[in-house]
Amino acid sequence: MGAIYRREVGAFFTSSIAYIFLCVFWLISGFFFVQSCLYYATTDMSGMFQSLFLVIVILIPLLTMRLFSEEKKQKTEQGLLTAPVSLGGIVMGKYFAALTLYTIGLLMTFVYAMILSAYGVVEWGIVFANFLALFLMGGAFIAVGLLISALTENQIAAAVASFVVLMLLFMLDNIAALIPVQWISTALGYLSFRNRYYAITYGLFNVSTVLFYVSVAAIFNYLTVRVFERRRWS
Amino acid sequence: MIEVRNLTKHYGDKHAVNNISFTVEDGEILGFLGPNGAGKSTTMNMLTGYISSTSGQALINGVDILEDPIKAKSYIGYLPELPPLYVDMTVKSYLNYVYDLKKCKLPRRAHLNEVMALTKVSDVADRLIKNLSKGYRQRVGLAQALIGNPPVLILDEPTVGMDPRQIQEILSLIKKLGKNHSVILSSHILSEIQATCDRIIIINKGVVAAHDTTDNLSKNISTDHRVIARIEGPREEIIKAIRNIEGIKYVRADMEREAGVYEYEIEAAPDQDIRRDLFDIVTEHHWYLLGLRSAELTLEDVFLKITMGEGIIVPSAEDKKGAKA
Repeated sequence: MGAIYRREVGAFFTSSIAYIFLCVFWLISGFFFVQSCLYYATTDMSGMFQSLFLVIVILIPLLTMRLFSEEKKQKTEQGLLTAPVSLGGIVMGKYFAALTLYTIGLLMTFVYAMILSAYGVVEWGIVFANFLALFLMGGAFIAVGLLISALTENQIAAAVASFVVLMLLFMLDNIAALIPVQWISTALGYLSFRNRYYAITYGLFNVSTVLFYVSVAAIFNYLTVRVFERRRWS
Repeated sequence: MIEVRNLTKHYGDKHAVNNISFTVEDGEILGFLGPNGAGKSTTMNMLTGYISSTSGQALINGVDILEDPIKAKSYIGYLPELPPLYVDMTVKSYLNYVYDLKKCKLPRRAHLNEVMALTKVSDVADRLIKNLSKGYRQRVGLAQALIGNPPVLILDEPTVGMDPRQIQEILSLIKKLGKNHSVILSSHILSEIQATCDRIIIINKGVVAAHDTTDNLSKNISTDHRVIARIEGPREEIIKAIRNIEGIKYVRADMEREAGVYEYEIEAAPDQDIRRDLFDIVTEHHWYLLGLRSAELTLEDVFLKITMGEGIIVPSAEDKKGAKA
């Protein structure tokens, strides 16, 4: 797993995906920072964090799109699957590589908080909670993107499909509101990514939220392992 | 050591590989021959755990590849048909990655340098793999398989894309490795297999069509005694004269090789040596014998004979012994 992790992190930089991801993420988050904090001269960062939800829905497919699809296309998958490593190790190596890059991107929010702290009092507890929420949600989304990448050998297809799926997860509440059947609507409401996230941006933090995002990540990573197992046995 | 027992792979109702069994001892090189789509790569993919078998068993150093895949895989160095190279890495960083991936315990620098020297990729160690020629990529693929010094080597067409000199080098390297490894080598190039392997398996349509040592294989099929003679002289008369030799079953003039010179394919009764009689006839009529060779089947002929048309199954020496007993 360590070898795969290190190679993937390196590959993010050699393939310039790392630079594109970080540039775009910092650019857009910087814009929201200026707009919602500096412009209104406030140290309340919740507006910026709320906007970042949509930003990561758009950017995470960029991180995950080539992780498995490229292996298949370049036929390097065979080397990976015949090496003495478990399927779980392979999936986790790639997952954590993407998560690492994502976290590097997120760390910028602390820089913004530090800038604000020069002008006023920052509620560091809320900043940490927001950071954690963004981190956990990104962790869940990366697992979703990774699974989709394992299903195709075309990077672009993986990116577009991941974007659509993440967008649907983002709009789960809107979809739930449209469904007239009460119990379905309630069930979908329980799965809402957005309500949990927004709750944190307002300062409401609880353990079930953490568990929710972590288990989504675990389930999708497990499904990715199953995809490879099934392919081997087909 | 590799033990394969009744290995079978079905895709739907298509039998890609059907009931293949063989063993490769330590210090032995087994040649895998067969036309495209015969099931060579499928078999190798099952041995290395890339795909699972429908039924049957593959043991690598006594470990079942499906029961303990990680342990079994750690015994194998595998060069697939398309070497699994990350093209935007340098040769050195790629081999370092493979070293980590295989959790190799040997001293890193010394081992990597040794492998690169063996496969002759040291001079491109710092180049990006995407800038290498096919022959070099193939050698990096072989280097990758050798990392960790695994006791079992499975090489799927290792010499593809190499020039004749590189092929020679790689084959002699494989031959050297074969002294203390169990090696399976697949190839389309029969002379390669003939020069390198101790034993040969010919796979056709997913089944083992022949399984024997290289020498036995050609002897087994060429039971009849045939020669090819190149004679200068009048064609019809020559054929008539040869027909008169006792025990001749068949004679036929082939194409005209030089002006007035034909090649004659002559088949005599089994165990009859007609070379002297032939010489006498030629001198008697003052013709000229320009060439004479035995038409023993080459591996090439054996291969074609087995894999053309319906395909025949050649019993191996062991099978024959078994039948007699």
